[in-house]
Amino acid sequence: MNSWQKLACGVLALVLCASLAANWLAPAGYAKQYREATNAPPSHAHWLGTDEVGRDRFARVLYGTRISLLLAPAAALLSTLMAAVIGGLAGYLGGIWARMAMAVTDLFLSLPWLFLLITARALMPLNVSPLVSVLVTFMLLGLLGWTAAARVLCTTAGSLRSSDFVRQARAAGLPGKRLFWVHVLPNLRPVLYAQFWISIPVFILSEANLGILGLGVAEPMPSWGSLLKELEGLASVGEEPWKFVPLILLVVVVTSFQLLLSRQEEVTA
Amino acid sequence: MLRGRIAGHALALVATVLLGGLLSATLVRLAPGFEADERELDPHLNAASVNALHEARRQDRNIFRFYLAYMNRAAHGDLGRSLALGQPVRTLLRDRAPLTLRLLTTGLALAWTLALTLALSAAWLRLSVYDTMTTVISGTFLCIPAAVLALLSVLWNAPGSLAIALIVFPHSYRYARNLLVKAYSLPHIITARAKGLGEVRILFWHVVPVVAPQLLAVAGVSVSMAVGAAIPVEALCGLAGIGQLAWQAALARDLPLLVNITILVTLVTLLANSGADVIGHMVRGQES
Repeated sequence: MNSWQKLACGVLALVLCASLAANWLAPAGYAKQYREATNAPPSHAHWLGTDEVGRDRFARVLYGTRISLLLAPAAALLSTLMAAVIGGLAGYLGGIWARMAMAVTDLFLSLPWLFLLITARALMPLNVSPLVSVLVTFMLLGLLGWTAAARVLCTTAGSLRSSDFVRQARAAGLPGKRLFWVHVLPNLRPVLYAQFWISIPVFILSEANLGILGLGVAEPMPSWGSLLKELEGLASVGEEPWKFVPLILLVVVVTSFQLLLSRQEEVTA
Repeated sequence: MLRGRIAGHALALVATVLLGGLLSATLVRLAPGFEADERELDPHLNAASVNALHEARRQDRNIFRFYLAYMNRAAHGDLGRSLALGQPVRTLLRDRAPLTLRLLTTGLALAWTLALTLALSAAWLRLSVYDTMTTVISGTFLCIPAAVLALLSVLWNAPGSLAIALIVFPHSYRYARNLLVKAYSLPHIITARAKGLGEVRILFWHVVPVVAPQLLAVAGVSVSMAVGAAIPVEALCGLAGIGQLAWQAALARDLPLLVNITILVTLVTLLANSGADVIGHMVRGQES
């Protein structure tokens, strides 16, 4: 691990700790309105000012970071598991199963990711409770994001199927199910780890895109997407620079993930 | 060999496009609230009109029947009528396609010019400071959501094509830089440089043939990326193109419009990828 990657680790740990300590750092919560101070600039009471309905922006950034940082890995886990089961199993079984899996992944991959995501999210119920909107958004990311990983896993599992140790195990009479779970799947672990880490920044950015378009997490619950939606109301960049804090934080976090990803690639290689 | 490759691509393209249309139709059909029609709430409509709307919606319930009827009509040039905008889909697509096409062409041209200029200069100069600087610049754009870039372009009064370019550029740069750096470290190119061959000659005679097939494949993928980016860019910049239309169709659960747009998007993406693959194959064939 080089010094940049150590720094990235430190930054991610710091941001995660701060977001987990949101209840302590911003005890008033993300939804409390200060009606006497709407659209206020940064002050001692409100470090990043307040939004147009008087909610403390610092509190919303902390809580929003918590949601994005905890649920993007959860969605990545879901998509990686789906990719492992669908791609891994299809590759291991080969023949028609592998061809069918490839056809399905080809179909999904032929549609641009943003187009697919925005269309699918817009078709889901939009007028739902904040908690449901969080679950719908991140579940959708997990359910749609498995295809590219499944393709990689299908190919890797296909090459494992014809490897010597699998052939020997099969010749020794090991049942197919056991062979897959005990021998093939553990050998897919490096690829699975890599796919998991690749998915996290992609899902963080995707949630932000959905949030800005009004298809993400519902109000009053904050997320990076809904916080960035505030930029829509700006008249100029220099007008209220503190509104860019969520964007800077997002860029820093995603960059940190990218730096760690290069480490993961080194390990996988 | 080449003919077989083209035929294979054409077959896969037709099958995927048809399946893509069916997928989008199924998604819309399964979406909650599909059977509700806002027009039914209009107090000016009498019971017969409401029943007629209800009946029209009911006909779309069986997705396979809807899709077969759609394909039959499409074969005769009728793409249906948008439920939300009340206009023929064909007219809507024809009116909006030029703007999106202009946006994508300019955006992709800008993205690739920037990516290739920076990648080539990084490979030529081989200065770690310059390499780090260009990597940091592209990395930063890679970490900014496409919708934020669209918003920033509105704030700075920049054209939408610039937002598309900045969304596509970091991906193109990453691949182009790696490919060019790798190509410039090949033994025959190092020898050519050591013998004093001009940089332009080395580039066009030795580097381009090596990297062209892979760069073309990345170019194909970048078309798909740009098409996806067109939705937030057009929706947030208020540009009346196909991206904005897709956005409106999805929000209004407009089945005929969404199916047509999905088919169009799939077709453009697959054509770009297949075209890149076939040209790349031709370049490789010429080289060998």
